[in-house]
Amino acid sequence: MKLALRLAAAVLVTLFFLFPIYWLFMISLKTADEIYSYPPVWWPETFQFGNYVVLFKDGDAKTVWNSLVVASASTVLAMFLGTICAYSIARFRTGGEHLANWIISQRMVPPITVVFPIFLLYVFFGLVDTYIGLILLYTAFNLPYVIWMMRGYILDIPIALEESALVDGCSRWQVLWKVVFPMCRAGLFATAIFTFVFAWNDFIFALVLTRTEVTTYTVQVTHYFGSQSNFWAKISAMSVLGTLPVFIVVGFMQRYLVRGISMGAVKG
Amino acid sequence: MSSNSPGMGARRPGDGGFRYALVAPSIFILLLIGVFPLVYLLVVSFQGITMTDNDTTFQGLLNFKALFDDTRLWQSLMHTLIFTAIALPLELIFGLAMAQLFIDRLPGRQIFVALLVLPVVVSPIVSGATWALMFDNRFGPINQILGWIAGQELTILWTVKPDLVYPAILVAEVWQWTPFMFLLLLAALSAVDKSQLEAAAIDGAGFWRTFTRIVLPAIWPVMAVAVLIRGLDLFRLFDIVWALTKGGPGTMTETISIFTYVKGFQQFETSYTAAVALLIIVLLTVVITWLLKRVQLAR
Repeated sequence: MKLALRLAAAVLVTLFFLFPIYWLFMISLKTADEIYSYPPVWWPETFQFGNYVVLFKDGDAKTVWNSLVVASASTVLAMFLGTICAYSIARFRTGGEHLANWIISQRMVPPITVVFPIFLLYVFFGLVDTYIGLILLYTAFNLPYVIWMMRGYILDIPIALEESALVDGCSRWQVLWKVVFPMCRAGLFATAIFTFVFAWNDFIFALVLTRTEVTTYTVQVTHYFGSQSNFWAKISAMSVLGTLPVFIVVGFMQRYLVRGISMGAVKG
Repeated sequence: MSSNSPGMGARRPGDGGFRYALVAPSIFILLLIGVFPLVYLLVVSFQGITMTDNDTTFQGLLNFKALFDDTRLWQSLMHTLIFTAIALPLELIFGLAMAQLFIDRLPGRQIFVALLVLPVVVSPIVSGATWALMFDNRFGPINQILGWIAGQELTILWTVKPDLVYPAILVAEVWQWTPFMFLLLLAALSAVDKSQLEAAAIDGAGFWRTFTRIVLPAIWPVMAVAVLIRGLDLFRLFDIVWALTKGGPGTMTETISIFTYVKGFQQFETSYTAAVALLIIVLLTVVITWLLKRVQLAR
């Protein structure tokens, strides 16, 4: 009997959390007349993709490409370096608890206090507004997360396999490649997705460290805010271009979501 | 965990360096991006660099003294704390209520959860922009819906009126992160020992008593981690506020991160900004150390 009531509540709650996303997507499909109509229309007459076409014509869509480049490159780097570091910490207890705690504390500092001195450093080395500059910073920012998560995943796999591989004559590196990495494949994959999304969704680092060449999509969205009026068509279309890929990827990741966003605190 | 590891480290001769070779690149990068800035901030904060004056002579504690007289700085810290103090409990309570709603059997439960997750993975700057669309005084749906309820046309200036900007920002913030709390608490609730709940039911314990005596202690560790993660995130609040108000009207909604950004990158008070950044780091370190003594973070 109470089931109907709970179901109704569940639907209401879900509608509340989905409505803004629905609205964003709808605006991007509306014509200018529909966007600036009063009272607002909830459903466009026809779905038209003109707002997206404009972004590609103007070259603004390249900012999504920039996001892809820096997020992918930094993810690969952070995953590789972070995982081997995590392996050493998990299996050899390198540095003990102190090292692990110091590493995770690196993630707690507010980004603005990190990016300010980094900016001054980058000005000196000519790294502002370059792919390398952004990739390096995202790698560093994501390393603590990768190390922390992968340490947990590696501790979950039985050590006996690695030992027998050693006995069979594998070198240490071969053990890593042939046993450890394949064994924690799911963990690697899940951690990589989150690392990617963190870099992809970042705003403040990109705001400070890009000018025109490697502007990411999040920064581009804010370029459409005017002092008098906002370019809603472009804001919404660019936002959807940046958000849709994340939705699709995360859709496949449901199983690992909880462990990923709780930084490993909940095994889920 | 500890019984696993012995032996692996020194099984063969020549392996001693291997473990250090694995951590070396990561440590190097973290030192470069983590410790170097700290040292650099310390150096710059004792100098007198501004937009017009590249004065690198030693200024003593001048910039640090200026911190205490800067009302805008302390106000921005206050704004940050207000946002945190309101958003954090709301997210926790709503998240917990939603987790309770979805914990028992419900048709289409998996689909609901999958959909509810979406706000969490939206870039905060995009959710800020989305809520700017929602709150638009003429073309946004919020005034439209409120107008239906009120029975007359409304053009409320959500992101401009001083007494409405806080509610507007908080709605966006709570919208985005309540699902985060929900997900974590749902996982925690699922792990509560069912037999204990049944035993409590047999003994005739009511909902509230069961909740405070059995459920709450069981989900406490996860709740603590969730609050810690969100608390640290709220302390660095930037994107949503930036998209909705840029800290305005005036400096009414300026958070500590926005203040630092404005000082460093719009007013170019380099040395002073370094002092501000150090202040933030010191404050945060004190708070985190205090918290971590009380909360055991995941293993």
